[in-house]
Amino acid sequence: MLSNSIVALGQQGLAYMAGAGRAGLLLLGALKPAGRGTKLLPLIIKQLYVVGVQSLVIIVVSGLFIGMVLSLQGYTILVGYGAEQSLGQMVALSLLRELGPVVSALLFAGRAGSALTAEIGLMKATEQLSSLEMMAIDPLHQIIAPRFWAGIISLPLLAAIFSAVGILGGHLVGVDWLGVDTGAFWAIMQSSVEWSEDIVNGAIKSLVFAVVITWIALHKGYDAQPTSEGISKATTATVVQSSLAILGLDFVMTALMFG
Amino acid sequence: MSQSNNIIEISNMSFSRNDRVIYDDISLQVPRGKITAIMGPSGIGKTTLLRLMGGQLKPETGAVVFDNQDITKLSRKELYIARRKMGMLFQSGALFTEMTVFDNIAFPIREHTELPESIIRKIVLMKLEAVGLRGAAQLFPTELSGGMARRAALARSIALDPELIMFDEPFAGQDPISMGVIVRLIRDLNDALDITSVVVSHDVEEVLSIADYVYIIANKKVIAQGTPAQLRQEKSQQVVQFMEGNPDGPVPFHFPAQDYQEELLNNVK
Ligand SMILES: Nc1ncnc2c1ncn2[C@@H]1O[C@H](COP(=O)(O)OP(=O)(O)OP(=O)(O)O)[C@@H](O)[C@H]1O
Ligand SMILES: [Mg+2]
Repeated sequence: MLSNSIVALGQQGLAYMAGAGRAGLLLLGALKPAGRGTKLLPLIIKQLYVVGVQSLVIIVVSGLFIGMVLSLQGYTILVGYGAEQSLGQMVALSLLRELGPVVSALLFAGRAGSALTAEIGLMKATEQLSSLEMMAIDPLHQIIAPRFWAGIISLPLLAAIFSAVGILGGHLVGVDWLGVDTGAFWAIMQSSVEWSEDIVNGAIKSLVFAVVITWIALHKGYDAQPTSEGISKATTATVVQSSLAILGLDFVMTALMFG
Repeated sequence: MSQSNNIIEISNMSFSRNDRVIYDDISLQVPRGKITAIMGPSGIGKTTLLRLMGGQLKPETGAVVFDNQDITKLSRKELYIARRKMGMLFQSGALFTEMTVFDNIAFPIREHTELPESIIRKIVLMKLEAVGLRGAAQLFPTELSGGMARRAALARSIALDPELIMFDEPFAGQDPISMGVIVRLIRDLNDALDITSVVVSHDVEEVLSIADYVYIIANKKVIAQGTPAQLRQEKSQQVVQFMEGNPDGPVPFHFPAQDYQEELLNNVK
């Protein structure tokens, strides 16, 4: 009984380690330069459209609403201390340090990560990856690499757009609706937001999230069982594992950067 | 000796999947510039054999020599260089779903040559004309019927005129006219361009009409080989059963299983 569960635990551990090893090899193989830089660029641009541009709507809409809610909640608290002038500072710092990188990463995992996994899993199931191999074209270079680079370029930009739209949403609610002074809103924000402390740290966070999400999504798709059930499992795993990774890594990075 | 006359030489190869032995110490040769057919019951491992020849699967023991190189010992890079000389028609077609038929066929040409687009267009149209799909060039794979998709995939596998083409079930799902066209196409490629073909198929008559040499596989081994004329004379029960399509005989029709009566009568699993 007990020995059985130890055996099962060991097997799961080994399977997990083997999976991690395959994920590492996948990335190494994809990033190894293959003397085809000129051919990689158009593929990256196409994926930037699919992964980045097509995620814009959800990022802009969510950013707007999060900024508006943040401003509304912040106002009701700050006004109690007569500090509603600092609303701009509060909205901007929350977005740039935490909400921008984290929420846009969670949305990106759900919108783009799951789509990447499903797409690659289906390519595997329909033997498109095998037929690339037999055409002497390495699917790691043709399929995996452009998607990886597109993910890494897209997410930090999406996070920046998210924060910018969020600040505008905060302005809309705080200034245009609740009547905070617009000069104070911008001036206090400007004097309190630091370039390296806030903006660079936020950008580093979303870059790390981008690597993690895209890597998990590509690995899960490439490693999926080539069946409809296998692909649906892989897609779920991408969203769950990248969300957990984002939240865990965010805590660690916040502790290192601001702790 | 015959080394360079055979484009593929498989010697003493064994391969198994999940503890199920697919091939046990099998040897066969594919002579250069000829059409070699591989026949055998469904599920016996014909597709697996093509994947072994293309280096997508690695045998447990034995050698798979392609063009005087042991495919099983090549590095990833060397393997990709060797594969430039191969074409493969997949059993499922495996067209790229996000491209039109035209782009599917142009894809390997664009990847592996520096030809200008005007010449690529001519090559693609010629290949499509050969399989009767020039009118379908701008359709997407999802808009094709099963038989059309297979012919489009066939056109893609011959796009670069490789030295060796492996056709996995090229006749499946084709009407008698398309079937005749494909048979002639494979023969013409072979005669005009000296391309070596490996054809996997169940269609006994078509295969015997085009093949120069035939292997029949069953029970993890080659059970018969020879020219079509020799096989027609073959008296061995197994071969006669397969060629005439009789369900009863030494070649098992069923996937390995426990006794039928026993399984029906047994309630617990
Ligand atoms: N990915 C796989 N994992 C495990 N077993 C497999 C896999 N693919 C095929 N097999 C097994 O290998 C055996 C040979 O399969 P293969 O596809 O080579 O048969 P085949 O001769 O091409 O059959 P058909 O004529 O029906 O296409 C089958 O019995 C199958 O159960
Ligand atoms: Mg098959």
